[in-house]
Amino acid sequence: MASGRSEQPKLPKAIKLLVAGGFGVGKTTMVGAVSEIRPLRTEETLTDRSVGVDDLSGVEAKSTTTVAMDFGRITIGDEYMLYLFGTPGQERFWFVWDELARGALGAVVLADTRRLADCFPSVDYFERRGTPFVVAVNCFDGSPRYDLDEVKLALNLGSEVPVLLCDARRRESGKEVLIRLIEHAYSRRPAAAKEVSAR
Amino acid sequence: MNMERSPGEHNEEWLLDEPIVRPYVMTRGRTDARGKFDLVTIAVTIRSTTGAEVGLDPEHLTIARLCRRPLSVAEIAAHMDLPAGIVRVLLGDLLEKGFVAVQQPQSETDVLDERTYRAVLDGLRAL
Repeated sequence: MASGRSEQPKLPKAIKLLVAGGFGVGKTTMVGAVSEIRPLRTEETLTDRSVGVDDLSGVEAKSTTTVAMDFGRITIGDEYMLYLFGTPGQERFWFVWDELARGALGAVVLADTRRLADCFPSVDYFERRGTPFVVAVNCFDGSPRYDLDEVKLALNLGSEVPVLLCDARRRESGKEVLIRLIEHAYSRRPAAAKEVSAR
Repeated sequence: MNMERSPGEHNEEWLLDEPIVRPYVMTRGRTDARGKFDLVTIAVTIRSTTGAEVGLDPEHLTIARLCRRPLSVAEIAAHMDLPAGIVRVLLGDLLEKGFVAVQQPQSETDVLDERTYRAVLDGLRAL
């Protein structure tokens, strides 16, 4: 074993971000706009764990579900790789989110003002989980323009949650959203909270 | 499943076609690697394979080839058109045998230092 094994190379660390929101709101479009690679699709096969017991005798009764997620990548120097996952839009796949959200630095909730209610579940989810998020209102052609404060009010968001307009098709716009998200996550990191309370 | 396999480059071809075996047959029914690898755990090959290693299946060799440059579990799965769960098990084999090194992702319980945020923000702004 001594020969042929090279030194352990220094590997980039992955940072996970999520793009959530209702079906058809432009999650994959946004992932594709900012990703340096063509968005890829991965399938996660999930076993129904609600039964609680995981012994072999129950194998024949286990049900599995496959969910597909689109994702993209942004390489940050040689130290970090940012991965952007579009969350599966269907509500019945929520149980996968915990797995997806685990370790995520933050989330973008994409909203469409014509169907604002579609993003309620995502907002609820990240609020409950304590994942830092921003709400990006995707400006579809012909969608009613609301004041961002109105959107904030309609979503009953805390004053600290950033709400911004975006065009999910545009790379620059997606970039801005991600920058706001990272800034927001930074301000909310546990160390920052400590700094504030220590003052 | 100790089937004969043709050496080297032919392996990838039938992988890209319609699956001819049920996915978890490739892992001999093992599904237990979930805790070890996140979707964004990054792997890189640190020992090259010759194709003649005992205990490595064509899928292992494909992963070893793909990971000559660092790739996440999700990317390996997407490139091989396999569920992420399968890739986790196969990657576990490669890790155990010393063919790959892995880097776990930044976890949310780690307190990201200011430098990390700064690097990510600068990187995004420079896009």
